Amino acid sequence: MSAPSAGGASRDGYGKALLRLSEDPRVVVLEADLGKSTKSCLFRAEFPERTVSLGIAEQNMMLVAAGMASSGKVPFASTFAIFTERAFEQVRNGISRPGLAVHICGSHGGIHTGTDGSSAQSIEDLAIYRTIPGLTVITPCDDLSAEELTVQLLDHGNASYTRTARNKTPRMYDSETVNNLKIGKGSVLREGSDVAIVACGVMVCEAIEAAKMLEGEGVSASVIDMHTIKPLDTNLLDDIRAECDGIVTAEDHSIIGGLGSAVAEYLSTTGGYPIQMVGVKDRFGESGESSDLMHHMGLTRNEIAAKARNIVNSV
Amino acid sequence: MEGRAEGMDMSIPELEELANVCRKHIVKMIHKAGAGHPGGSLSAIDIIAGLYGTRLRFNVDDPDWEDRDRFVMSKGHASPAVYSILREMGFLNDDDLSTFRALGSVCQGHVDMKWTDGVDFSAGSLGMGLSFGLGCALAARMDSSERETWVMVGDGEVQEGQIWEALMAADFHDVSGLKLIVDRNRIQNDDFVNVQMEVGDVASKIESFGWNVKEINGHDMEEIVGALEWASSAGSGPSAIIAHTVKGKGVSFMEDNPSFHGKAPNDEELALALEELS
Repeated sequence: MSAPSAGGASRDGYGKALLRLSEDPRVVVLEADLGKSTKSCLFRAEFPERTVSLGIAEQNMMLVAAGMASSGKVPFASTFAIFTERAFEQVRNGISRPGLAVHICGSHGGIHTGTDGSSAQSIEDLAIYRTIPGLTVITPCDDLSAEELTVQLLDHGNASYTRTARNKTPRMYDSETVNNLKIGKGSVLREGSDVAIVACGVMVCEAIEAAKMLEGEGVSASVIDMHTIKPLDTNLLDDIRAECDGIVTAEDHSIIGGLGSAVAEYLSTTGGYPIQMVGVKDRFGESGESSDLMHHMGLTRNEIAAKARNIVNSV
Repeated sequence: MEGRAEGMDMSIPELEELANVCRKHIVKMIHKAGAGHPGGSLSAIDIIAGLYGTRLRFNVDDPDWEDRDRFVMSKGHASPAVYSILREMGFLNDDDLSTFRALGSVCQGHVDMKWTDGVDFSAGSLGMGLSFGLGCALAARMDSSERETWVMVGDGEVQEGQIWEALMAADFHDVSGLKLIVDRNRIQNDDFVNVQMEVGDVASKIESFGWNVKEINGHDMEEIVGALEWASSAGSGPSAIIAHTVKGKGVSFMEDNPSFHGKAPNDEELALALEELS
């Protein structure tokens, strides 16, 4: 594929997707005061009559969305990832349990959020939402893939949670390659035979850079954009197991419960396989410039490469 | 857009008889299951009978009819009240009621739209139903439909903060199609409401949130029917009926008795209850 180019933040892709979805009159957008941040404001500007402002009241927003879904609408409800967690039980009991196709977007996910500090840096959202039966969990890596995957939610049928990032990341896709994406299917960005780096969200870019570093050392690393955490693309994991010595997972999320755990659960219950995880090591974040903070927390290409070396050197 | 079709037009004596039949279903169902919530079912059933017998438009042959009125039973533990009325309206039969709370039953412990035809909401966690009803009412308005959304909550339930989020939002969005009924039976799980967390003058509080509000005796069928009509025609904005009720109404030893919030009658108590209701 072509070299990554500078793009927008994945939240920008979400906002653009809502505009593309607006052609369907069933689509409604719900906000909890953070439309300018999540980028649902783009939809509001064009379609105020189909945008519902619920104020700073996330629990109410989740159930209003559920009620609208039960009445034939396709609701997209967004706020910061961390504040969706405030309404976790509403998502569980009010949306997923009755099987209502509400699409939740949590922006500003992860340590990458940066200077706002630990209160805004959701590092457990993927874990908690992954436990809810029937809920699709998505973390796109750039603006183009966020746009494409959000558009695919229109007739997805199940409730979903999509985490987007506040800050810009290099594009991993272009206007053509992005069309190959499919919810629930991991995307192979780079082929390799020694180790596979399975990453999601803003760590996909870091994974690509780590693979380049490893290449210089004679280690062949493949890179997977595992944008859908649930349902997990287990066929792809089977392929990796057949081809590589082990897996490094990389996510801007706690190492407890997220992508690494999802991969480990599958591999460990189907025969075992070397796996190393890069993620937030069971601690909260703090304030700092995004890049400084990511480095401080070990969310880097160096960390990924080090884990890969561990696997390669141990076989 | 076509105008609102009429609901059923039962008379006051017919509604009173309907509620009494439902009361018998309620105590039998809970006795059979050996678990359930008789108190809040019996306090709510007169209002529910009035609602189904005069206002709600639904189609037993097409439970998912998109233009039906919605009944959102937010106090979902009072499910026997809902199942009993659905039995009388033809959605359920006696066999269904006899399986209440059993494995695989369409009569789940708490009302659940995924399991039961005629149920519009999956309840069980208090404080969520008014928000859900607001979503239903907003969707109806977007569809230029006159379908109404009726939500019932308990008075203990209004201790949940989400109720007040929804009250504020319904006024802000001026949602006239949303109707709230508060079953003010003064008892919650552990004890009387004024012991646990007094909610006080609920009518004034909700009125101060911009709603049209009316207080009634929730066991006087004339008042119930009148209030339901009032709520349907109260004009601009959402409307709330505060129904003052007696927990366990109709069975003397359950009335105003916190211990029958969530306890099944034993054989002897069932016989006594049915005798009083005959």
